[in-house]
Amino acid sequence: MASVGSPLRVCRGILKELRAQCGHKYQQSMAYRYMMEQFRKNQVTSEKLCRAQQELLHQAATYLCLLRSTRMHLALHEEYHGKGESKPEDVAKLVGLRLPQQPGGKGWEN
Amino acid sequence: MEMCLVAAHDDGLSMNGLQNVHAQLSMALPISLKRKKFYQDVSISQGEGGLFEVSLDRRKLKTPGGKLFAVASEPLAIAVATEWDSQKDTLKFYTMHLTTLCNTAIDNPTQRNKEQIITATLKYLETDTVCYRVEEPQGLVELQKNEWDPVIQWIEKRYDVEIGSSSSIAGPTIPQKTRDTFSQHLASYGFWALTGLEFVITQLKSVVLPFALIDRHLTVEKAVLLSRLEEEYQIQRWGSVEWAHDYDCQELRSRTAAGTLFVHLCSEASTIKQKLLQG
Repeated sequence: MASVGSPLRVCRGILKELRAQCGHKYQQSMAYRYMMEQFRKNQVTSEKLCRAQQELLHQAATYLCLLRSTRMHLALHEEYHGKGESKPEDVAKLVGLRLPQQPGGKGWEN
Repeated sequence: MEMCLVAAHDDGLSMNGLQNVHAQLSMALPISLKRKKFYQDVSISQGEGGLFEVSLDRRKLKTPGGKLFAVASEPLAIAVATEWDSQKDTLKFYTMHLTTLCNTAIDNPTQRNKEQIITATLKYLETDTVCYRVEEPQGLVELQKNEWDPVIQWIEKRYDVEIGSSSSIAGPTIPQKTRDTFSQHLASYGFWALTGLEFVITQLKSVVLPFALIDRHLTVEKAVLLSRLEEEYQIQRWGSVEWAHDYDCQELRSRTAAGTLFVHLCSEASTIKQKLLQG
């Protein structure tokens, strides 16, 4: 089994992501209620290596990864790709360059 | 009111896999890539045959093919509903991976059956990322050996097959027995789960890594890291470029996580259904 972290950490992570997505009313969301039900049903029992628990934990960690990476991908998309076509000046700035100033205009214009 | 989904990429990055076949077919319909959020509440309900449906306000969600959106797994329905619920003013279809996977499974736009999907999937074995080794630089050679060899050993042991690795352009030769074993294993998955598995395989460019992921031997983050090993090596040496590296990494993670979750939930649902049928 892959090392996934403690159930508490994964659970908290998911709740954090749900809160970020749904706002303050996240506790009424279906996802929240389902998560809490699953985690409660599968509390750490005396058998620490319970297979069903391990499977659920991996699934929860996968869901956490989904929520987190989707949010971050969206954030990066908005920041770098969401603004449509940029002006040449902005594109040059991306790599730390500036466009040259030509007071007389480029020779071939008008 | 027609509700069709388009899972397309605004910026045209990396077009491959099922999502894009689906996107291309969906784009035949006159739908804009950005739609305003037209609903307030998202809910799920259980309908015919015990399948779970998603409703936006009072209207039932449909697939791009016009079919009723219905899934066998309740947690899957909840997760899809959450995707729709977390949309803000505009709908960002390219972030709704679970919805897209469900649509693909329901509509089957490429009109393939299980055997065809399995054949297509196994082709990736011949060009499996973890089997393709470089000969230089030495740092990367070592990294590939240290990171990929253990996974290959794991899968060889787990499935009693031979895979190996190679640094030639032709790649490793995969014995027919190995192919048959994997083929049999893939055939044991239902159509839905297989759709998800193929998706993960096309994303990670590997058969070995998704198998390890589905068997819970790896986490999504680790599988993605192993798939992107050469990029990670370059990043370690030359630094990371957020708008390219991080972007690709997060996108691959979200797709892989969605595919993995989809496979697990669809497999569970079939197991539960079978148990109910057996009584």
